Amino acid sequence: MAELVSLGEAIERTVKDGDSVALEGFTHLIPFAAGHEVLRQGRRELELIRMTPDILYDQMIGVGAARKLVFSYGGNPGVGSLHRFRDAIEHNWPHAIAVEEHSHAGMANRYVAGASKLPFAVMRGYTGTDLVGHTRVKSITCPFTGEQLTAVPALNPDVAIVHAQLADRDGNVQLWGIPGVQKEAVLAAERAVVTVERIVDTLEPRPGGVVIPGWVIDYVAYAPGGSQPSYALGITERDNDFYREWDVISRDREQFLAWMNTHVLSAVSA
Amino acid sequence: MVATAGPLASSSGEAFTSGELQTIVAARSLSGKRSCFIGVGRPSTAALLARMVHNPRLVLVYESGTIGAKPYHVPLSIGDGELAETADLVVSVPEMFNYWIGPGRVQVAFLGAAQVDPRANLNSTVIGDYEHPTTRLPGAGGAPEIATGCQEVVVIAPHNRRTFVEKLDFKTTSGDRTTLVITDLGVLEPIDGELTLTTLHPGVTVEQVREGTGWELRVPDKLGVSAAPSVEELEALRELVAR
Repeated sequence: MAELVSLGEAIERTVKDGDSVALEGFTHLIPFAAGHEVLRQGRRELELIRMTPDILYDQMIGVGAARKLVFSYGGNPGVGSLHRFRDAIEHNWPHAIAVEEHSHAGMANRYVAGASKLPFAVMRGYTGTDLVGHTRVKSITCPFTGEQLTAVPALNPDVAIVHAQLADRDGNVQLWGIPGVQKEAVLAAERAVVTVERIVDTLEPRPGGVVIPGWVIDYVAYAPGGSQPSYALGITERDNDFYREWDVISRDREQFLAWMNTHVLSAVSA
Repeated sequence: MVATAGPLASSSGEAFTSGELQTIVAARSLSGKRSCFIGVGRPSTAALLARMVHNPRLVLVYESGTIGAKPYHVPLSIGDGELAETADLVVSVPEMFNYWIGPGRVQVAFLGAAQVDPRANLNSTVIGDYEHPTTRLPGAGGAPEIATGCQEVVVIAPHNRRTFVEKLDFKTTSGDRTTLVITDLGVLEPIDGELTLTTLHPGVTVEQVREGTGWELRVPDKLGVSAAPSVEELEALRELVAR
């Protein structure tokens, strides 16, 4: 059963240097507050896993917390480049990072295999692209039809961290809106943390909503506004202006570091 | 935007830009289509315009999992709240790719890219060498499986030699199902497997298109010319963008 703890405690008890960590949320419910807490606690050498690195991983890569990035789309959605991600790959700043990239379909299926505790998932994809030669996929023959398919290896991160709208006092979590791969990430990981906008006495049934029971989560932490500048549908709104501003803030190394020091690293831990 | 021989004018004499025409031609390509997969930027604007003017029943599908989204504003990201709030259904990413895109349930896909080659293959991964790129691009996203899952792929790209190249630096996405490439200068279509100029936008010359293409572009004797925007198209587009 999930334990309700502070964000600081949740991260302290789950994330260690060198871990593979998946902070998921597909445009929606990106766990910014938790990622920032990981940085404030000084974690390093992380293998960062996320379909869409977004501003959060741009920040984590930029301050030097990552040794490896596993991803499928490294852009600032609707705006352009992630400059810290690019600087790390193009100029090894602040240091070189290893990269393993997939397609969205590949990453999604890797999480499904991970959640299913299967060694791999089968899909049609990657064929005829140069990705095949640069990432971890294999061709596999269907034992029933003989069709050539693609196998992608399971993703089983050491830690998954996701953000949701609500939790009850037993740590059962409810989220709605774009569900991304959060449930899969939680079920695939060794340890799971969920940050939430609100803690309520009772979760009301919500058609189309996703419930993640507290007994598959290790820690739930209260983190209101914890997915800003992304959003939690029905509670906060996506700060599209900040996504545009980030393009300017992150372009220059010094300006980026100054911003991170002021707004993230020297902020008081939750 | 390109410089053209003279001022461009709509059917009522209103001036328009090459970018506006590109969006309108892309919107027209969705007439009579059932569903369209779209990313952000010009493709999204074009698909919303298509729903306003050419095809009100068009089902818009965004890779964030929103199927049948009916946004009032052009979204900045593919996961804006308005997409989830107006969608017929909202599904997880694994469901989107495994149940909807992979089996070919979405008819048309709008894709963009940093590089397009003569066979309509796309690069959105790197410029330069993969291990030591001069420019690291965002990467594949959903494109490889969208391009092999959807029945028809329409590429929307700016027409210049940086984009239209003889050889890609990295093949991210196959061009096998591409039916149209809509640029700010005209429309290319695969003929015998090779992208061929088939339509010029008004005021554009074949010479300009050749100038913007990094290979010896095939140009047939008879070329179509895109219709200038109608009053309705131009007004709807401007109203949409101003929202």
